[in-house]
Amino acid sequence: MTVHEPLPKPVATTCPYCGVGCGVIAGAGTDGSVTIAGDPSHPANRGKLCVKGSTLGETLSLEGRLLHPMMRSRSGTLARVSWETALDAVAEGFRRAIDTAGPDATAFYLSGQLLTEDYYAANKLMKGFVGTANVDTNSRLCMASSVAGHRRAFGADTVPGAYEDLDEADLLILVGSNAAWCHPVLWQRMVAAQRERGARIVVIDPRRTATAADADLMLQIRPGTDTALFAGLLVHLANAGACDTAYLAAHTTGFDEALARAREITPSLAATAAATGLGLEDVATFFAWFTETTRTVTLYSQGVNQSAQGTDKVSAILNCHLATGRIGRQGMGPFSLTGQPNAMGGREVGGLANMLAAHMGFSASEVDRVRRFWGAPRMAEREGLKAVQMFDAVAAGAIRALWVMGTNPAASMPRADAVRAALGGLDLLVVSDNVLSNDTIQSGAHILLPAAAWGEKDGTVTNSERRISRQRPFLPLPGEARPDWWIIAEVAKRLGFAEGFAWPNVAAVFREHAALSSFENRGSRDFDIGGLACLSDAQYEDLAPVQWPVRNHTDRGLKRFFAAGGFYTADGRARLVAVAPPALTEPADAERPFLLNTGRTRDQWHTMTRTGKAQTLGRHAPEPTLAIHPEDAAATGLADGAMVRIATAHGEAVLRLATDPGQRRGEIFAPIHWTGETSAAARVGALVQAATDPFSGQPELKATPAALASVAVTTEGFVLARSRPAADAGLLWTRVTVENGEALLFASPDALDGRDFIRRLAGDGVTVTEVSDPARGLYRAAAFRGDQLDAVCFLGPGARAAYPVVAGLFARETLDATTRKALLAGRSPDGLPDPGPTVCACFSIGLNAVKEAITAGAGDVDAVGKATRAGTNCGSCRSEIRRILVHKPRLVSA
Amino acid sequence: MSEPLVIIGNGMAAARLVEELGRHALGRYAVLVVGAEPHLAYNRVLLSSVLAGEMTGAETELKPRSWWEAQGVTLVYGRRAVAIDRDRKEAVLEDGARLPYAKLVLATGSDPIRLSKPGMDLPGVVAFRDHQDVGAMLAAAGPATRAVVIGGGLLGIEAAWGLAATGTQVTLVHLMDRLMERQLDAEAAALLKAALETRGITVLLGADTAAVEGDGCVEALRLTDGRVLACDIVVSAVGIRPNALLAREAGLDNGRGVVVDDRLTTSDADIHAIGECAEHRGTCYGLVEPAYQQAATLARHLAGRPAAYEGTVLATNLKVSGVPVFSAGDFLGREGDEVVIWRDPGLGTYRKLVLRDGALAGAILFGETADAPWYLDLIRSGRPLDRLRDAVIFGPALAEAA
Repeated sequence: MTVHEPLPKPVATTCPYCGVGCGVIAGAGTDGSVTIAGDPSHPANRGKLCVKGSTLGETLSLEGRLLHPMMRSRSGTLARVSWETALDAVAEGFRRAIDTAGPDATAFYLSGQLLTEDYYAANKLMKGFVGTANVDTNSRLCMASSVAGHRRAFGADTVPGAYEDLDEADLLILVGSNAAWCHPVLWQRMVAAQRERGARIVVIDPRRTATAADADLMLQIRPGTDTALFAGLLVHLANAGACDTAYLAAHTTGFDEALARAREITPSLAATAAATGLGLEDVATFFAWFTETTRTVTLYSQGVNQSAQGTDKVSAILNCHLATGRIGRQGMGPFSLTGQPNAMGGREVGGLANMLAAHMGFSASEVDRVRRFWGAPRMAEREGLKAVQMFDAVAAGAIRALWVMGTNPAASMPRADAVRAALGGLDLLVVSDNVLSNDTIQSGAHILLPAAAWGEKDGTVTNSERRISRQRPFLPLPGEARPDWWIIAEVAKRLGFAEGFAWPNVAAVFREHAALSSFENRGSRDFDIGGLACLSDAQYEDLAPVQWPVRNHTDRGLKRFFAAGGFYTADGRARLVAVAPPALTEPADAERPFLLNTGRTRDQWHTMTRTGKAQTLGRHAPEPTLAIHPEDAAATGLADGAMVRIATAHGEAVLRLATDPGQRRGEIFAPIHWTGETSAAARVGALVQAATDPFSGQPELKATPAALASVAVTTEGFVLARSRPAADAGLLWTRVTVENGEALLFASPDALDGRDFIRRLAGDGVTVTEVSDPARGLYRAAAFRGDQLDAVCFLGPGARAAYPVVAGLFARETLDATTRKALLAGRSPDGLPDPGPTVCACFSIGLNAVKEAITAGAGDVDAVGKATRAGTNCGSCRSEIRRILVHKPRLVSA
Repeated sequence: MSEPLVIIGNGMAAARLVEELGRHALGRYAVLVVGAEPHLAYNRVLLSSVLAGEMTGAETELKPRSWWEAQGVTLVYGRRAVAIDRDRKEAVLEDGARLPYAKLVLATGSDPIRLSKPGMDLPGVVAFRDHQDVGAMLAAAGPATRAVVIGGGLLGIEAAWGLAATGTQVTLVHLMDRLMERQLDAEAAALLKAALETRGITVLLGADTAAVEGDGCVEALRLTDGRVLACDIVVSAVGIRPNALLAREAGLDNGRGVVVDDRLTTSDADIHAIGECAEHRGTCYGLVEPAYQQAATLARHLAGRPAAYEGTVLATNLKVSGVPVFSAGDFLGREGDEVVIWRDPGLGTYRKLVLRDGALAGAILFGETADAPWYLDLIRSGRPLDRLRDAVIFGPALAEAA
């Protein structure tokens, strides 16, 4: 396995996964080993890490890494080229598209995993120099509705609170957030508040998730009706006289309209219960708790955001906090949990099609301000295309050149099959990434650019509480990989914009970004880090995690917004919003009776390009499964563990069924992580509809009508190999990384030839041990090189149950005889009796039994025979027993 | 006054019968044992170990003289019984002595089959049956010696193995196309052949002996295909024949052996037969275990207790150090049987189970036989495998835990 060359000393950096933004101390040893630990000094995690963060060291191998630029030749294959060639080709392709069809025929699709500096360079190039706002990001799928909701209510995309509020709240409400799995370190802070301070936790989710397990109150709500619940709450607060009339009067507008609309939607407790499918008592309890608890934090995530009414869901929540004045004060406020390490950084630079830069929009004055700051020749003057529209435009041929950076839209976009097909029709598809292959690259990318990965790249990220932290390299750039900001700048120079992109280093990019945030700001914009605009390179290198705003170089410390108003609207007042009545875009019907929800599993993240490499993370859920209520499964004639075809109006997938009483009847859940790279038919994005929220453009990813049909399976099985096993056509396979190898779990509609499997898996010079039981359709084989296990194949009954044990044994250096026998039985050898070498063949008495008898006092051969029966039949072993009697017995293993 | 019980034959069956009588009918009979061989009863099974130099002849003695004395048994050995006078209920010895009996037990065992081929009477042709044979082999054995063993059954293989252990150049010739064809399938037989060859033994299959040649003593063995194997000694181990001569001459019902019922009683109610000389339900056994079971049953019968021997499901244990081999029941199987196989060339093991109607019908274990008794019990009891079925191939520890 190829590994990085090590760098000398550990560095303080930031985790590349969710938006909590945990500090990580990472270092590389001379042997290529990597040490990972939580950073005790980082305020986000105070030294804690979740399982994903803790196993980052397992994700850093260069297997499958894109290490040099590649271009697709005429023959259609990707071939290595020099950076010069690749960069020239990117610039030329974009130039041609711009000249022939205009700037809007080009687009960037970015990622919440890019660093702020990378994001800034990309946004600047497109919006200030190419002249289009077609710059969107996978954050559109993540928290665009929160952005829209914030801007609508606050006049800016402002997260008012801080993580400390979670420690200090008395009531924590999680709406559409499985924080226990998706934001584990923050979740532990909330559970600590519950345990140590008696804070109450309410979980509002259609699924009884791991988070719900620790809740004081679980509201298993009907999908899409969060707005009804919070409208009902607003009505209740008003009726109970629990609103903060002073705050409303001084700092807000729109309360009356918002309340009037709420009364239309859910005039009463009963109406709320009816609309949400919740029990009357539960709703009453929730309302009472909210009413009586000043220190209330409402945290929300994808269950709120990923909806065609996501912005109104956010508004319904914000309305309640504004109405009670519970915002921006210790232990209270609305809190959007972001799903990516730098979604917030992307929002700050304006890496969204409907933002310009530095939390500025597209008003004439803002466009002019940014033009002057950038010295920009060709400013974008109106919003660009948001993700779903952007790929529609690709399909329609309106966009001719697309540059995708650090994300995988062919897998993660709604209607992913259609998106994959559309990408294949581009004149130019450029992909900057870490991997040699993913669904987007396979859709027909013309140019691949090797980008620096976590551990190699250098810059900043911003977490969910507006805290800017450094990501520092502790590994050298492998091969010809380069930072994204450098790649973008090189293309900009080739497009003739050298002076605007002449940064000597990443610190210079950050300084410019910081300067823009304070340029003509004077408190008019929430996002202002002018205090960091003059950092020296050394100060930037040493920058400690800091929460924005940082309006000047002495402006540090805990920051909250809006306790005393001061909103970023024209009149400085917050807007309470009259929200639309909740309604799903497409309800389930007779043809598609189930409502498909999608989301994350505990130990994987996004499309597994990183977590998929960690053997530890592959154990929790090795295969993608479809969760369904047991009674729905029974009613549909589907057994737990059966393979099932999920069909929507947009696509199909085949997953293994996993019954889960935590599902609501009529609702199913599938994980988003598996792609064409990791599973045969688990591209869940292909199933999802593309209806979007009218304000945020965020798609409805959690409610697509679906039909289920069982898939006939003849053979279940798996193989384990030291190198990647081939996945045969026709197999329903899933790849799993295991220690020192890779597993392929599969189900097959046809009978399979196990001997053929093991022959192809094992190299030369192996001996194959096998068990065949044709009557049961069972075949198991293991290829050994001496006592080293080389490959394993299990087919037929019991294979799936045996997988965890066998994968565990596969990790061992060598296998002794006992373990080797247990292996094919799919059993752990631990606890198996060890008789030692057989002494008496007639009664199969082992050496250890004989020695125990002697130790217990048997003095001669006959006494041993009485104690163990050894030597009492044919007597062949009597002389051996006599010899054993001579020596002092010591138990040995076979 | 206890009744006289005469046992003709001083082998393993006889010794075990005496032992069982001591347990079930102590003092009821005055036991007298007549043996042709000039030793105390010894463990014939161990002759191969003696040949292999793994133990001395003395170590094969089943019981010390003191034990026999303690049993109150009169030992008459080195003298052959030549007749049974059923009218007078007396056993007649070669020296004319007459031993009256109330009950007579025939435990005369079996004799090696002698090939009716030219030269089988030449000096240097030996069987593999008793200490005398082993003595002759050991006298001739050594690195300079070339031996041919005729017969690839249990006995022949043990003889070949034992001789090879002395450094003797051994060729094993077998008429059939595989070794131990009555106890092994083709795969196990091939593994056994390979194991013998690693010990330096040359194995010739489908080899039919035409004659033993030599001028006054063995010089070569000629096969019907014309091949001539030069050798200094020939060991004939082509099988055994029940020694039923006395019974036949006494007019008792005979088949291949002395016909007995489930109480091991011959056509004469006072005469019994056990061991390799007996024919029970049409079967003559050539192994020690049935003899022991018959001895136990007969002892209970002679003690006046209800007892019945219903036959033994044969199990083979090849006693060749380092090459454990076991087989039992119907290990070949027939149409409709389920066959489960586990082979590990790396460990040199092979395991085959034949399942019929949800029970174990037969088994072969090669290379590792620790689980043999468990399988044998499953075969003999015929009990349904039920939940053991799925992992039965992996043996008791894994199957019963599964």
